[in-house]
Amino acid sequence: MTRIFVPRDSAALSVGADHVAAAITREAAQRGATIELVRNGSRGMLWLETLVEVETPSGRVAYGPVNPEDVPGLFEANFLNGAHHALSHGLTEHIPYLAKQERLTFARVGITDPLSLSDYLAHDGYKGLSNTLTMAPADVVQQVTDSGLRGRGGAAFPTGIKWKTVLGAQAAQKYIVCNADEGDSGTFADRMIMEDDPFVLIEGMTIAGVAVGATQGYIYLRSEYPYAFDILNQAIAIAEKAHYLGENIQGSGKTFHLEVRLGAGAYICGEETALLESLEGKRGIVRFKPPIPALKGLFGLPTIVNNTISFASVPIIMDKGGEFYKNYGMGRSRGTLPFQLAGNLKQGGLVEKAFGLTLRELVEDFGGGSASGRPIRAVQVGGPLGAYVPPEQFDTPLDYESYVGISAMVGHGGIVAFDDTVDMAKMARYAMEFCAIESCGKCTPCRVGSTRGVEVVDKIIANDNRAANIELLRSLCDTMLNGSLCAMGGMAPFPVLSALNHFPEDFGINKKELAA
Amino acid sequence: MSYTELYSDLVNQPGALLPIFHRIQERLGYVPEAALPEIARHLNLSRAEVHGVMTFYHDFRSAPPGKTIVKICRAEACQAMGSEALVEHAEKCLGTHMHSTSEDGSVTLEPTYCLGNCALSPAVMINGDLKGRVTPARFDAMIAEVTGGAK
Repeated sequence: MTRIFVPRDSAALSVGADHVAAAITREAAQRGATIELVRNGSRGMLWLETLVEVETPSGRVAYGPVNPEDVPGLFEANFLNGAHHALSHGLTEHIPYLAKQERLTFARVGITDPLSLSDYLAHDGYKGLSNTLTMAPADVVQQVTDSGLRGRGGAAFPTGIKWKTVLGAQAAQKYIVCNADEGDSGTFADRMIMEDDPFVLIEGMTIAGVAVGATQGYIYLRSEYPYAFDILNQAIAIAEKAHYLGENIQGSGKTFHLEVRLGAGAYICGEETALLESLEGKRGIVRFKPPIPALKGLFGLPTIVNNTISFASVPIIMDKGGEFYKNYGMGRSRGTLPFQLAGNLKQGGLVEKAFGLTLRELVEDFGGGSASGRPIRAVQVGGPLGAYVPPEQFDTPLDYESYVGISAMVGHGGIVAFDDTVDMAKMARYAMEFCAIESCGKCTPCRVGSTRGVEVVDKIIANDNRAANIELLRSLCDTMLNGSLCAMGGMAPFPVLSALNHFPEDFGINKKELAA
Repeated sequence: MSYTELYSDLVNQPGALLPIFHRIQERLGYVPEAALPEIARHLNLSRAEVHGVMTFYHDFRSAPPGKTIVKICRAEACQAMGSEALVEHAEKCLGTHMHSTSEDGSVTLEPTYCLGNCALSPAVMINGDLKGRVTPARFDAMIAEVTGGAK
């Protein structure tokens, strides 16, 4: 009996993994070969999807990208024994893309069957919760604080401080809310965690609930992720049945209920207060802060709102200790970040590494350069509100503070590469247009500023009073940066200004004029 | 006609309005205007509030969609791999535009901003199925598959 792994991650499905799985089952039956087909998560080497793995005595051997028509040839080449084939990459663990990573949060992703609780337990799952249940709440919060974990959604607020505030708040009911509204282009780490290792998110949220005394949790999931919705609901049902959720968790007397709620296509609901409004059944309109959600959050009660990856990083911290996690990273950016390589790259995928590596390493070493074979001209880091980084800045270490130093942001770790055919004035226009489409409308700088921004960029492109309109665009960006209520309007100027400052020629001016 | 039976089990949930809209749209393909007053009554909200929520979110449709719903991602990672050209191609070959349904009611074309498949862009979603690395030729093949070659 040979075990064969074919991913069920939606990225793999999007290029035909189900057809590959069916072809393997069919071919094995025809040849009378006994196989056990496991639908694992994705290893994150997405350019190799569908990546098929075969279990051998020396480890799992990888073949990819496999299409259904390759399957007979693989059997012919005796891939069931890990034999060589044109699509073979040798032992999966030895593929440099994977071997060079530091997988803490994604330790199990791609290895296990996402919905197998026994797989999860066999790979150190629920050790963090089991430690938590023996500790005093304040000690749990202290571990998370000591780890140096900061909000992985992009804002990078220290997670432990947020938890401490909720722990100290007095209320009959508290809530744990997971922000799974991963709307930024170029990001898919949340999606992969939810589809490929859902129990780690459930465990992280349960630890949070036990630590601060919250008995109800919600995962606010974007509606664009129907596969994640399905898998999370199945995983929650499995966890409930095994007494890892619900009342009296593992005989501890602690209670934690968890429910998945779907968003409805509004980007702004990734902003935590808009998300809370949406969960309450209202329009996703940003709230004024203070009061902060930790004190007055969901339904006006103390609430932890953390990103998916933040929660998913907690189990390993509670298993191996805050010190262990803190030993990764640089400066005030501790631990690891799952970078997501996307756009025009030869080898797109997920790379979990400690903070401090450079964009050049990600784009050139891991990414293998552009998919089109043309030179890479710009990389947008941190989503649609992140700056465009030019090749001159590719050697700046990726940590929160260093990136602030170059007027950019690490954010959620999304890396979107563009080759030299990109028109950066068009990308600046798009940044304003996206803000206009997705603005919640509460504050004027964002609601009106973004629409005016599109018009001004159009005038600059059309060479209509160009110098004066560039000055006007800068002034408008200044108003949005300083006058917007939340990060949507407050950061939309970053891609615009970085495009203008690093690529002035696309706006019809040269660098000398820019300096003048 | 009453729509209440579609969602009566959800009315007592905290923050029930979005789940109710999702349920109705899942069953009917859209949220009929006529359903709003009764939802307002059940949740003790004003009709204006219910209408406001319904129209705030891009997902909820006020009219029935085409038989096949095609969403094309227009966000940055897909732009970097030619999604704008794909949109042009799709509009031409489906005979419709973004945010609209073809005259024969077979296909609705909608933009989306990120399907989380950014390493395999351009990404498209057809009737809820995610597709990656969608070239114009692959797009045509996928459309032929779901519409039985009618388009």
